Amino acid sequence: MANLTVRLAGLELRNPLVLASGIWGESGVSLLGAWKAGAGAVVTKSIGSVPRAGYPNPTIETYGQWGMLNAMGLPNPGIDEYPKEVEVPLHAGATVIGSIFGGSAEEFASLARRMAATGVAALELNLSCPHAEGYGTEVGGTPEAVDEIVRAVCRAVRLPVIAKITPNTSDPAALAVAAERAGASAVSAINTLRALAIDVRLRRPVLAHKLGGLSGAAIKPVGLACVWQICEKVSVPVIGVGGIAGAEDALEYLMAGATAVEVGTAVAFEGVGVFGRIARDLSALLDELGLPSVQAAVGLARGGAPAVPARGGR
Amino acid sequence: MRTVVPVSEVVSETPSTVTLRFPFAPAARPGQFVMLWLPGDDELPMSLSYTVGPSKGVTIKAMGETTRRVLSTRPGSSVGLRGPYGRAFDLSPRRILAVAGGSGAAVLAPAAEEAIRSGARVSVALGATTAAELLFADRFRRMGAEVLLATDDGSAGEPGFVTAPASRLLGSSPFDAVWTCGPEVMMVKVAQSARAAGVPAHCSVERHMKCALGMCDACALGPYHVCTDGPVFESERLFAETEFGRYHRDASGRRVPG
Repeated sequence: MANLTVRLAGLELRNPLVLASGIWGESGVSLLGAWKAGAGAVVTKSIGSVPRAGYPNPTIETYGQWGMLNAMGLPNPGIDEYPKEVEVPLHAGATVIGSIFGGSAEEFASLARRMAATGVAALELNLSCPHAEGYGTEVGGTPEAVDEIVRAVCRAVRLPVIAKITPNTSDPAALAVAAERAGASAVSAINTLRALAIDVRLRRPVLAHKLGGLSGAAIKPVGLACVWQICEKVSVPVIGVGGIAGAEDALEYLMAGATAVEVGTAVAFEGVGVFGRIARDLSALLDELGLPSVQAAVGLARGGAPAVPARGGR
Repeated sequence: MRTVVPVSEVVSETPSTVTLRFPFAPAARPGQFVMLWLPGDDELPMSLSYTVGPSKGVTIKAMGETTRRVLSTRPGSSVGLRGPYGRAFDLSPRRILAVAGGSGAAVLAPAAEEAIRSGARVSVALGATTAAELLFADRFRRMGAEVLLATDDGSAGEPGFVTAPASRLLGSSPFDAVWTCGPEVMMVKVAQSARAAGVPAHCSVERHMKCALGMCDACALGPYHVCTDGPVFESERLFAETEFGRYHRDASGRRVPG
C-alpha cells in the first residue's frame, strides 16, 4: 500500500489532495465536509477586508465536463465574519490553509495577520485578484508586485506562506522565483486562465463580468507546463493546480515536480467524494507503477529517469 | 452549458406575478429548478412551475429590481436556461397536504398535479396577503385538489395566515406527507405542525445561488447545498442539521438572522 502522506512547508498532509480555494470554502461546515470526505487539507475561500457580494450572475459557464468559466468576483463574508466559519473545521482537527486577497501589499499584510490569528496552519495568497488601483490587471502579475506582497506578508506572520501563481503572464516561473526570494514557503500553480464566452444568439458575453477564469480539464496541460517551468527555477515545494480529476492527473503533476496538488473544478462535476476516490485510485496507481509513496513520485518525469515496466509486463 | 430560448407566452397570474412559458426539452421533475438568465440583467434560480412536456414554465413574483422588470417581459424575448437542477419532491405519498404561501404555490402546483395524476389525493392550503395575490387557486381546483384559502386581510377565504387552516387540516385528516413552500418563517411553522401530527414534511428552500452546481457555497445550508441536495428537503433534517429558520447567508456569505 503506497504511502500517501506529504510534508510540505512545515505541514504534514495525510494525502497530497488539497481542496482548492473557491470550492466549498465560504461556510465552515462545508470546509469540514470536504475534510471529512478525505481532502489532505482544505484551502478556504479567498477572504478580503470587507464582505463582498461578488459580481452579478451569470457567474458560471460550463463546457461539458472539460472546462468551466467563472467570474464570481471573490464573494466572501469578509475577515471580520470569517473566524466563526473557519473555527468549525479547525475545531474538528482539519488542516486548513487560509486564502486571502487584497488590492495592495499593506492590505495583504493586514489580512495575513487576521487570518493567522484564526489558527489556520498556513496562508495561501490569491495573487490573481484585481489591482486596487483599478488597473484591471491581476495584483500579482509582475515579479516586483509579487515580491512586495510576499515580503510584506512574511514580515507580518510566522505561518508558512504559499503564493498562488497566475498563468496570465508570459513568465510564471519568474513570479514563483520572486515569491521564493521574498520568503514564501511554497508556491501553488496555477490559478485560472483569463477566458471569455460569447452567446451568438444574444450577441453578448455569457458572464455578467464578461471576462472570467477558465478551470478544469482543459487547463491541465497549461498547469503542468507552469509547474514544470517553475520547478526548474525554485527549490521551495510546488503545489500543482489545474484540471485534476483523477489519479493519473495528480500523478502527472507530481512527476512534473509538484509535491502536492489542489482539486477544485472536479468537485462541481463529481461532488466532494472525488477526494476519497482519487486517494484510493492514486494508492492503487502508485502500487501498479512500483512506487512506494507519493514522495517517491515527485519529479520523476524530470531528468530522464528510467521508465518503470508495467506490472505483469515482459 | 446554457440554452437560449424564446419566451412563447407571458401570463399575468396576479398583479405581482407572471408566468413565462418557453420551449425546453430536458425532463424535469416537480421541485427542480432552473437558473433563468434574463440577458443583460441577472440569472436567478427559479423553480419550474410547469414541468411536463416540451413547453415548461417559471412563475416569477416581483420582489426586487430584476423580478420587477420581468413583469414587463414580452413573448418573443430570449431567456437563457441552465438545468433542471436539484432534488424533486418524492411523489410516493398518497395523501398529501400542500401548504403554499404566496409565490410558493408556483413550486407546489406542478407537484400536486403529478401526484394527483398518479392517483394521490391532495389538499391545498393556499395563502396570500390579499385575494388578488392568491396564486394558482383555480389551477389547484381544476386539478382536483381540495383547496382552502387564507388571506392576511380576509378578502378571500379565512382571514389570517395559512398556517392556521393547515394545522386544522392536519388535525382532522390522516395525511402521509406535508409539502410546503413559502416564506421560511411560514415553512418552519408548517413543519412544526406536521411534526406534532406525526406527518413527515418536505420544504422547498430558497437561498442565494451562483453556480447551482454544488461548488461555490453560496447556497450552503448546514452540511448541504440547496442546489444539489435540495431545494426540497425533509424538515427534520433541516431542523436537526441546519440553520433553517434561524439565519440565512447573504450574497457575500455573511450570516444574517431570519
